[in-house]
Amino acid sequence: MVHGENPTGFAHQFETLEQQHDAGRLGMWIFLATEILFFGGMFMSYTVYRSLHPQAFLLGSHILEVKFGAINTAVLICSSFTMAMSIRSAQTGKKKGTIIGWLILTMLLGATFLFLKFRFEWYHDYLEHTMPGFGFFYRPEWGTHAPQVQMFMCFYFFMTGLHALHMIVGIGVLLVLTWMASRGRFTSQYFAPLEISGLYWHFVDIVWIFLFPLLYLIRY
Amino acid sequence: MASHSQDPAHGHQQVEEHIVPVSTYLSIFVALLIATALTTWIAFQDLGNWNVVVALTIAVCKATLVVLFFMHVKYNKGLTRVVLIGALFWLGIMITFTLSDELTRHWEIYPQAWTGMIVPVMRHLLF
Repeated sequence: MVHGENPTGFAHQFETLEQQHDAGRLGMWIFLATEILFFGGMFMSYTVYRSLHPQAFLLGSHILEVKFGAINTAVLICSSFTMAMSIRSAQTGKKKGTIIGWLILTMLLGATFLFLKFRFEWYHDYLEHTMPGFGFFYRPEWGTHAPQVQMFMCFYFFMTGLHALHMIVGIGVLLVLTWMASRGRFTSQYFAPLEISGLYWHFVDIVWIFLFPLLYLIRY
Repeated sequence: MASHSQDPAHGHQQVEEHIVPVSTYLSIFVALLIATALTTWIAFQDLGNWNVVVALTIAVCKATLVVLFFMHVKYNKGLTRVVLIGALFWLGIMITFTLSDELTRHWEIYPQAWTGMIVPVMRHLLF
């Protein structure tokens, strides 16, 4: 094949652009499989300790504010929608401005999530001495459950912290995609980077879909 | 899998991905928001042990919607599904085997901390 006839983004080691696309997607799914087991380990430890100390997890969950958890869930769902729309706008051959618009919207929603989490939740926990580290104190209302309530807060910080780290990485990936889109790299034929990054973004959304009820919604 | 067709007249390749209609994305988006509101509301109703069951059921339904439509698994068959099912299968092994051990043990809870176990255990062993 003459070089000039190659579609944009086509790597020479593949037979066809479709094969390249499928290989990329398969690679991302295998990475997500490792991520499922990575987060799965935390969810499993959570299950074990919650079954051992249900009362402490109930007390711990009351430290968290449901409204922030619910708002952030909605923010992430919106960002998944805008991410899906950015891929769709590339697939349907829209102008690069449309793709960039959806990508920037996705990044803004991701940043909103992180802002709410850092500013109103973690910082508040830090001031209230419920953040693991120095000045991580028992509260009298926890009674004999105090050590296990602290363990709940450790679960909360490590699980949401790992999730927030994934969000930060995701925003970095989106920045690269925006740069690629601004250079007109995506066409209705070549949008694989958008699609596989979208898979990652949606995966991070799914992790939060499970974290929200497990951490915030223990009311009874 | 994306269907692939060679155009013999022009000799260049054409990738035909399934393009999901905007209306589908919008319905999934609205369904996810409704499910979030629902799970938040149900959490404040006292269902006893069923609270956690209901919460997880709703979470699994939401995750399924995201996987099928936003992550295009409904339209991608073959290897994608093998990897996804494989990952969930291994997750199932990890959780079931750990819990089958954990939940069938007799646990003694020492609220003081682990150091509180030393004296009773030593007394049990020595006398």
